[in-house]
Amino acid sequence: MIDFTAWDIVRNLLLAARWTVALSLVAFALGGLVGLLVLFARVGRAKPLRWGAVAFIEVFQGTPLLMQLFLVFFGLPLVGVDTPAWFAACLALTLWTAAFLAEIWRGCVESVPKGQWEASASLAMNYLQQMRHVVLPQALRLAVPPTVGFSVQVVKGTALASIIGFVELSKASTMITNASFQPFTVYGAAAAAYFLLCFPLSAWSRRLERTLHVAHRN
Amino acid sequence: MAYQFDFVDVFKYTDVLARGVGLTVTLIGVGGTIGIAVGIAGAWARGYSGNRALEWLVAGYVEAIRNTPFLVQLFFIFYGLPSLGVRLTEVQAALLAMVVNLGAYATEIIRAGIEAVPRGQREAGASLAMTRMQVFRHVVLRPALQKIWPALSSQLVIVMFGSAVCSQIAAEELTYAANFIQSRNFRAFEVYFVATGLYLVLALLLRQGMRSLGGWLVFGRRA
Amino acid sequence: MSLIEIRDLHKRFGAVEVLKGIDLDIAAGEVVAIIGKSGSGKSTLLRCMNGLESHEAGSITVGGKVLLQDEEHLRALRLEVGMVFQQFNLFPHLTAGRNVMLSPMVVKGLAEAEAKPIAEKVLARVGLAEKFGSFPDQLSGGQQQRVAIARALAMNPKALLCDEITSALDPELVNEVLAVVKSLAADGMTLAMVTHEMRFARDVCDRVLFMHQGRIHESGRPEDVFASPKTPELQQFLGALS
Repeated sequence: MIDFTAWDIVRNLLLAARWTVALSLVAFALGGLVGLLVLFARVGRAKPLRWGAVAFIEVFQGTPLLMQLFLVFFGLPLVGVDTPAWFAACLALTLWTAAFLAEIWRGCVESVPKGQWEASASLAMNYLQQMRHVVLPQALRLAVPPTVGFSVQVVKGTALASIIGFVELSKASTMITNASFQPFTVYGAAAAAYFLLCFPLSAWSRRLERTLHVAHRN
Repeated sequence: MAYQFDFVDVFKYTDVLARGVGLTVTLIGVGGTIGIAVGIAGAWARGYSGNRALEWLVAGYVEAIRNTPFLVQLFFIFYGLPSLGVRLTEVQAALLAMVVNLGAYATEIIRAGIEAVPRGQREAGASLAMTRMQVFRHVVLRPALQKIWPALSSQLVIVMFGSAVCSQIAAEELTYAANFIQSRNFRAFEVYFVATGLYLVLALLLRQGMRSLGGWLVFGRRA
Repeated sequence: MSLIEIRDLHKRFGAVEVLKGIDLDIAAGEVVAIIGKSGSGKSTLLRCMNGLESHEAGSITVGGKVLLQDEEHLRALRLEVGMVFQQFNLFPHLTAGRNVMLSPMVVKGLAEAEAKPIAEKVLARVGLAEKFGSFPDQLSGGQQQRVAIARALAMNPKALLCDEITSALDPELVNEVLAVVKSLAADGMTLAMVTHEMRFARDVCDRVLFMHQGRIHESGRPEDVFASPKTPELQQFLGALS
């Protein structure tokens, strides 16, 4: 048995934490892009697109992320797509993130008063112009705090990638535990690492929320 | 050659799935009930105990849980706690993890509900010579729960989805059952597809259950 | 001896001193109206008398007992002194009857069978016996306020504090509430009320206090205060009303 010092544990966890960060960033960025598309479909006028968006959101919000991960991981190879764990994790987390962000943003868009749509329509703007120039700029202000808040869920969600074998913080913890037999220390340290990633985002989201409320009142 | 889907191979294992569903339902039923109770106690401690140390303790608990993944919480409890001499079975560990996790979120949700109860309500209670505890129990709690019942229901669904990872410590709930079946019949996609459908149905039932429970427990108008 | 004795009471909110030394005696059975502009400190004074606001200096004595700020003393005070609020503050999840029964049951520990006749009696006292099973949102504003009065009466207080209890009501509902207060006054209840109803103050009250900038600026019998106000501030206040 190899002797693990506290530093060995921390060093290895930090190395693995890079992958947690990378996966989070990819899922959040791509999820944001896909989420924007879903949002446009969801609040747009085309009925089939709207229904499609509703179904997408319902399915990904209405089932466990772990199941989504499994379905992608085991499903894509069946249609001939080579699916390593990192790819399945990125894809599943992206879709899951997209569904939640689309729904969060829909709330923000819908809180922009109807009169803004009517006014911009009366200026002969089309749907995309209305969104781009009138509605989104107003919705954006409201959207920032909950979006930052959701990023915490994304970081925590990446832990599930460990279950299909992607070596990030959680998987590394299990591997180090198996080698060091110090589960209390290792999982405690892993939790601390997640906390250090997530807490600043939580705190930032809360602060944004507060400033928004104050700005709203004045 | 295109892949041939075969669900018959999954339904041979209906009894295994049923047992898995049974444990998932038990976990969310028991864990949900205790977790909400923890949330009520936590919200009381944050807003009504008047004890600074307790307030900070609860705030720390809530932040610690909300900023770490459920999976790590579960592993910490199941693999880590035995080194402190606390040895739990898989199901006990799963249950404890769910209670601890839901308790933190429920504390925040219920606290928000309490803060939304108008100050005049508390003052009316106080002016009738009630203690802070009496005001909390008889004046504030029910209107607060009414306000946040939908949010609490959603959180319960999230926790149930999260319970899927309890399969990783071999608690034999729905996902564990799915893992078991696919290890036997090698029909992973079909098995997980069915399991996903079952989660979808369970979520609908849980929401409906919470609506009924809420109608009876917190929205009920008793003369 | 006075039922309520206030000596040199000071209260500040941050940098603003809202009560700058109040001395006030209210005898048992006396009906006192407190009038003045908003921001004059009249509501704060009333809220201090129920311990809903703390005070920095001075003393409040009720029935010979000094009001301290800890929960035990506050509750002892509140058993003696009831309060009725501008916004009624009925408990929305309870019926009118349950609103009234709650405190006798949880504070005084009465059984349901003991609390119920009390609730029926006080609801009848405010003319709402038939609304026992109604929820607050099924009642008009005037009825809600009368239930709130009944709720305070159920604790059998020695004095009742009324904080602008008709200000949130539609004009046509004001009189039914004032009629209840008037009958309480006639029965000898000690009342301190912050009010904008000058006619009511003149007809029903034994004494009127005019508050201005955190002090009792002028006080006296209503017929004197309203007919011949001495200070220019009170003259201006009354002039602005008519």
